[in-house]
Amino acid sequence: MTPAGWTVMILSVGAVCTLFTWCMWKVLTTPEETEHMKGIQDHTPDERD
Amino acid sequence: MANPGSKEGWNSRLGVILAVAGSAVGLGNFLRFPGNVAQHGGGAFMIAYVISFLIIGLPICWAEWTMGRSGGSKGFNSCPGIFNAIWRSPAAKYVGVIGVLSPVIIYMYYVNIEAWCLGYAVNFLTGNLDFANAQESSSWWGNFIGADGDGDALRSFGLGGVGLYLLAAFVLNFVLTYRGVSGGIELFCKVAVPTLVILALVVLVRVLTLGTPVPSEPAENVNNGLGFLWNPTKTFFEETDPATGQPLLHREVVDKDLITQFESQAAAEPTRYRVYQVSLWHQLADPQLWLAAAGQIFFSLSVGFGVITTYASYMRKDDDVVLSGLAATSANEFCEVALGGLITVPAAVAFIGVAGLAGVGLSTFDLGFKVLPLVFSEMPFGNFFGFLWFFLLFLAAMTSTVSMVQPGIAFIEEALKTDRKRSTALLGLITAVGSGFVLYFSKDIKALDTLDFWVGTFLIFVLATIQIIIFGWVIGVRRGFEEAHRGSAIRIPGIYVAIMKVVCPVFLLTIISLWLLTKVFGVNLTSGHSQLSGYITDLFVEPNPVAWLSVGLIGLLAVAFALIASTVRRYKDYQKQEADQ
Repeated sequence: MTPAGWTVMILSVGAVCTLFTWCMWKVLTTPEETEHMKGIQDHTPDERD
Repeated sequence: MANPGSKEGWNSRLGVILAVAGSAVGLGNFLRFPGNVAQHGGGAFMIAYVISFLIIGLPICWAEWTMGRSGGSKGFNSCPGIFNAIWRSPAAKYVGVIGVLSPVIIYMYYVNIEAWCLGYAVNFLTGNLDFANAQESSSWWGNFIGADGDGDALRSFGLGGVGLYLLAAFVLNFVLTYRGVSGGIELFCKVAVPTLVILALVVLVRVLTLGTPVPSEPAENVNNGLGFLWNPTKTFFEETDPATGQPLLHREVVDKDLITQFESQAAAEPTRYRVYQVSLWHQLADPQLWLAAAGQIFFSLSVGFGVITTYASYMRKDDDVVLSGLAATSANEFCEVALGGLITVPAAVAFIGVAGLAGVGLSTFDLGFKVLPLVFSEMPFGNFFGFLWFFLLFLAAMTSTVSMVQPGIAFIEEALKTDRKRSTALLGLITAVGSGFVLYFSKDIKALDTLDFWVGTFLIFVLATIQIIIFGWVIGVRRGFEEAHRGSAIRIPGIYVAIMKVVCPVFLLTIISLWLLTKVFGVNLTSGHSQLSGYITDLFVEPNPVAWLSVGLIGLLAVAFALIASTVRRYKDYQKQEADQ
């Protein structure tokens, strides 16, 4: 692989890893957003009627 | 409204993100993406890919999340219902039908591909796969799926036939969907997505530590595999007959020593041999590259399928959609670029070389089912790693197919006012017929290919374009942003006002036009010559019964869904109520 190839690969892989890590960090650290958006479903929808 | 709110919902924000990411992560990430990058040149392809991601991938994604949540807050969970609620037009529900038709049809053939992955995983685990060359692996694949003749796939129902795996995958999909959005789909994706990432990391470490596995072939190594994928400038070696000028050989070369050797050959006999380079800028000037990059973003992110819209409708009206959309998208990109981009092609080059790989092909099926089984056969502990790889592909496919069932279930429940049991049974019956159709008409995978072309490519382009136009021009970008920002942890950058209103629709319409020109009318954008594509000749020039049956199946379901949508009282009442207000 050429130096330019290494640069393209590191930039591409680095960019997606950074974006993914930031998003996951933001999702997991944003308060009151991580659990129970609507409540746990214990039964299939038709069984709840 | 008799039933204004959905009874279902997501259990957690991470759950919906993993479900949407799971829907997006599929074979395209691990097989189609590396094939595209290698074919078009790493640097140039990534530039076009990033631009496409920013101006079509993210905008459509945010539009779908926003419109889906908005429709859900009005009590609708299916695309016809959601479109009817956000676009005051009698045509809205019929446009929304595309968002049900596409995932249902795509499910019919994708579950077959999922069954192939499961079949390969099981056969690697049981030690049944050991190939000496690409012909053997291609032949096994052909026999396994019944590519030689219609009905051949049904001949064997054991470990070496696809039928057993199709049945298993089909039942598993419907069991999960029957369990409901949070109890089935979310729970499964919370386990399956992290598992497939871990499996991919294990395979990635194995591939990157392969070095030069065949010492007698020093040019076949991981470093050259990475170079084949990521080098922005491509080097080619060409041999022509000096007497006639006819090309005899044309191949890409990555290995430094081989390039030096070919350059010496070319210097000694310049009329016969030539070594030349194609620069990044030259590659970027090729419209095919842009078409490939935009297409990759499109299919990879699952936009235009109706899945994200349906999933988002199960959120509360103040649940975050901007960060969730970005997070799901980033998870998909991570799997595609950081995992898919480093595994498939380097592994293949390390064992069969650049020339060998180019000889078999870089398409999804070539890489996935002809090249990689051969690579795992030659790799130390290949049965174990082959099993891991195909099982991760199975999980990736499974998280996608399970998402394709939900839009149909939501539509049947909403339109026919039925419960989950009956809707699952009805959709199960419809898709069983369709999946059986694809399984039976397996010769040259004609049925699968035709359905994929007209629905898996054309219709999703159409739906995505309509959606971004509705968001930008019917709802209005400003109002759309207000809706998107309700409850969001981050804000959409201001520049996206112009992108979502003008740039994205124009870019998409250009891509569709280019796609029609090249893939339907067969125009070569470089030479200007044209030749009708096989998909058109199969229908009108040399009619192929299987192609016609496939198109007939699409038409039949489209008419049936449209008729059902036309009879839904709730849709009419909602529009009337909105008009009165």
